[in-house]
Amino acid sequence: MIELHDLSAGYGGRDVIHGISLSFPPGRVLALLGPNGCGKSTLLRTALGLGPSSGGQVSIDGVPLEALSLRDRAKKAAYLPQSRAVPNITARRMVLHGRFPHLSYPRRYRQEDHAAVDRALELADASGVAHRHMGELSGGQRQKVYLAMALAQDAPTILMDEPTTFLDIGHQLEVMALARRLAQDGRSVVMVLHDLCLAMRWADDIALLSGGRLAAHGTAEQVYASGELDRTFGIALRRMETDSGWQYYYG
Amino acid sequence: MKNSRTSSTPHDDRPALFAALFAAVLLCALLSMCLGAVAIPPGEVLSALLEAPQGATAQIVRYARLPRTCGCLLAGAALAVSGGVIQSVLGNPLAAPNIIGVSSGAGFGVALFGALAPTMAAASPAAAFAGALLGMLLVLTIAERTGASKLTLVLAGAAVSGMFSAGIDAVVTFVPDALNGYSDFRIGGLANLAMSRIVPAFWIVLAAMALIFSLAGDLDVLLLGADTAQSLGLRAKPLRLALLALAAALAGAAVSFSGLLGFVGLIVPHIMRRLIGEESRPLLAGCALGGAAILTLCDLLARLLFAPYELPVGIVLSLAGGPFFIWLLLRQRGGRSHDRAA
Repeated sequence: MIELHDLSAGYGGRDVIHGISLSFPPGRVLALLGPNGCGKSTLLRTALGLGPSSGGQVSIDGVPLEALSLRDRAKKAAYLPQSRAVPNITARRMVLHGRFPHLSYPRRYRQEDHAAVDRALELADASGVAHRHMGELSGGQRQKVYLAMALAQDAPTILMDEPTTFLDIGHQLEVMALARRLAQDGRSVVMVLHDLCLAMRWADDIALLSGGRLAAHGTAEQVYASGELDRTFGIALRRMETDSGWQYYYG
Repeated sequence: MKNSRTSSTPHDDRPALFAALFAAVLLCALLSMCLGAVAIPPGEVLSALLEAPQGATAQIVRYARLPRTCGCLLAGAALAVSGGVIQSVLGNPLAAPNIIGVSSGAGFGVALFGALAPTMAAASPAAAFAGALLGMLLVLTIAERTGASKLTLVLAGAAVSGMFSAGIDAVVTFVPDALNGYSDFRIGGLANLAMSRIVPAFWIVLAAMALIFSLAGDLDVLLLGADTAQSLGLRAKPLRLALLALAAALAGAAVSFSGLLGFVGLIVPHIMRRLIGEESRPLLAGCALGGAAILTLCDLLARLLFAPYELPVGIVLSLAGGPFFIWLLLRQRGGRSHDRAA
């Protein structure tokens, strides 16, 4: 489990996030919400040591992040970045890269790696495009391939930065359903989302960032009740009970 | 899963492509052995190679054609792979050994070494490597200090190349014998090669290639971008440096016996990217074969066009490669995927 203790971080001497304490417990989907520029991506990147922190600490399974090699970190947590390169290689090859942390030099892919890739492609619903080149795929298909790559990494924690961008509503729901399935398997899933209603409907927990500080954190129910979402986004979030649970809307 | 292939991709016809490339290398090598100022039939070439050298024909085959052909194959393969690695690592399609200061640095190393220790020719590839590495590090440092954009890299390369070229000229002015065949060296030429100059370079190229191919999987992950690479457990900085140093070793080894050949390292990787895609292992293998074939072919043309007079191969390369490169640029216009990453 990844835990952040009083974490601050930023760029060029200016902190973007301030004193954030948060943990990503297994078996739960945590949605990271907040306005543009509030530090959601910085939080994820710092949690993985991809960017420097200016204060506080990150630990994975109780071990300080600095004590872990990059490879050990990669075995603990997979990361789906916000901006994704599109190299001219096949989708399958791309997903195979997810196995990288499990191999040592000179990186010969083994039978079990190929099996893991097949599983990941299946889970992310990307088997159909496995042999096509990344450049030929639509934005949504590429997204699924990237998702499959993160799954192939077989890490107990998955951090996703805006995994639903480029996706139509049907595929967005598929991603959320996949996140739920992963959590049921006992993984911790953290996703930066922009769609409040989607997040409230599907995530177990919500962490709301505002101006680089943690404005609210708790179950979707608790955060809704706190009214912080309304204050932060300047909206009036409402909900309605339906046969399939609470549905959220705003006016 | 195999039935889900919906479009023809470079992946599908890869074996045929490699067979064709391999055949092209063999054909170019054979023609290079047979043709020239004197045409020698393949049968005689073979017997001259296998039996004790007797007569003028055997002398030509053994001491002129064979080193020349080997030199072409080796320099072509080394420069093309070096260019392919440099372009991939820097994410810059404009980069190549002769553009980012590697070749001129190597040239300066060879010239300086030739002036200071003229009797130790076997060690000149090491001097070339040192010069190549120095040139590359200078260019990369300057480019990074000035913003690390694609353009600053090329401009820094032009500046550093200019300085090293002046250095080569200065050395040759003071010690005229530092480089045997000065103008050939400047233009790039493979005439009058002896096996003894190729062999040390061969070992360097072989070792560097083996290491580069063993790192091909790492290079693929590097191409996914710094964040993704690091989140997959890859230490990007040391890998970048190692790969660039190996590319410098390849280019340096080639320059040590063939001079400042341009364009092979720039054009061949571009062609191969189009034919093969960007998966590093097949791409670099394609570069090696394609570079070997193209340089050998150009050298053959250089010998035949105005026979019995010879052009330095660098002139043919530039005359053929320049327009081809412009054509590539015009045809491409839109960005390629690896144009985007910084």
